[in-house]
Amino acid sequence: MQDLLQQLLNGLSQGSIYALIAVGYTMIYGIIQLINFAHGDVIMVGAYVALGAVLMGFGFIPSLLIAMLVCAVLGVLIERVAYRRVRPVSRLAALTSAIGVSLFLEYTMMYFLGADIRTFPPGVLAERTYSLGGVMITNKDLLVLGTTVILVVVLQYIIFRTRTGKAMRAVSFDGQAAQLMGVNVNNTVAITFFIGSAMAAAAGMLYGIYFNSVQPLMGLMPGLKAFIAAVLGGIGSIPGAMLGGILLGMTESLVAGFGGSMYRDAVAFIILILILLIKPTGLLGKGVQEKV
Amino acid sequence: MGGIEQILTLDDVHVHYGAIWALKGINLTVGEGEIVSLIGANGAGKSTTLQAISGVVKSSAGKTTFRGEDITKVPAHNIVKKGIAQVPEGRRVFANLSVLENLEMGAYIRRDNKGIKQDMEMVLERFPRLKERISQVAGTLSGGEQQMLAIGRALMTRPKLMLLDEPSMGLAPLLVKEIFSIIQEINQEGTTILLVEQNARMALQISDRAYVLETGRIVLDGPAKELARQEDVKKAYLGG
Repeated sequence: MQDLLQQLLNGLSQGSIYALIAVGYTMIYGIIQLINFAHGDVIMVGAYVALGAVLMGFGFIPSLLIAMLVCAVLGVLIERVAYRRVRPVSRLAALTSAIGVSLFLEYTMMYFLGADIRTFPPGVLAERTYSLGGVMITNKDLLVLGTTVILVVVLQYIIFRTRTGKAMRAVSFDGQAAQLMGVNVNNTVAITFFIGSAMAAAAGMLYGIYFNSVQPLMGLMPGLKAFIAAVLGGIGSIPGAMLGGILLGMTESLVAGFGGSMYRDAVAFIILILILLIKPTGLLGKGVQEKV
Repeated sequence: MGGIEQILTLDDVHVHYGAIWALKGINLTVGEGEIVSLIGANGAGKSTTLQAISGVVKSSAGKTTFRGEDITKVPAHNIVKKGIAQVPEGRRVFANLSVLENLEMGAYIRRDNKGIKQDMEMVLERFPRLKERISQVAGTLSGGEQQMLAIGRALMTRPKLMLLDEPSMGLAPLLVKEIFSIIQEINQEGTTILLVEQNARMALQISDRAYVLETGRIVLDGPAKELARQEDVKKAYLGG
């Protein structure tokens, strides 16, 4: 029983990192129907920026904010340079461009910073462990969970309580109708990249601290997993992305914890395939509505 | 129409969709306070004309003037600010947003909170059924209610000119009547109307003037009552 709880707790931490990344995937997909394959690499850039800030002496929160801001701008830049012109042409062209951006970020980083694994200095977070009825919880877990909860609440507020959020939801449903209401669609898309990429940067920093490793290809696996989480939850749905992320994290942790760590990733992908076979629109996804 | 001031003028407007030449030089005017209809068969270019006015499609040649200002090159999201609202074909309400949020989207460009509140009350008074469903998601509304929402949303922009694209499409006859009388009311309260309709008979009944489109060109125009009496118009668009 304690083992189970322990594994679920570990899964929750990892799952909330997936959730933060998945939210960005799903928001961007929701608004321009593009799987932004460079999203995973924004995580990596975020982790490096955060690491750099920490090494320069900034504390956790300032470093987090710096990384989020830098990546938000990077996200907007990526959309402006690599997607905006090709988006109207074809989805496949935009997807190809996204893969290009992904490789560009990975190997630019590798060129300038090398492929060595770097780590956050232990000072940023001296590991402490607390025991809660036999379940061990570290301050890393608390940090990841706390940061995720705060960011998700802020995100929900932006999307459901602000004028900009309303415009984002309107554009994601029908860009042309939103234009007729005076919404500048290009700006709204840019804002979506801004927010989604900031979330990815936060995830990157947390991932780097949690697994104590920062390297140029670190975004690949969590990016892919978060993509699964987003599809699992129903791509385009923000609550779905969060649910998908947490479920995936917990499943992985359970599989690993009960002796199957070799099969952890395989299980993740099998789940994806099964869920899609049963419910192609994902857990919280809605069927595409035919417009008259 | 000597005394009426022109609010909208299209001067030789052309539109191309790739290789398709959809509008081949449209000339039309809408006077302040009028109801003007565009009638014609499917694919004649009626909707495209409205889209070109709204800036949703770019005209490849020609000039659109609204209240004395050249708006040909103004992007769609700024056209609304000039005072032109469009109720698009198929209603296109935001099905994922609540009724209230849809109406708020209509006021997206406005900052005058007091005026927005007033207009919101005015719209909900006009469409009591929307008031009943104010927090419901728009996708759950019936076709008629969605049409009312689309019109209400356009009213929230506080337009000087309202473009309506097939407002009667897919509605039961009783509802069609209701929608048309609402359009007349809106007009009487001072909004100029440019109406595109398949239901030419109803459109001509409430219009001051009308234009008949055929394959991207205007082939006839004149006072609505006169057009409704013309034999060829009757035969082609009014079912004989």
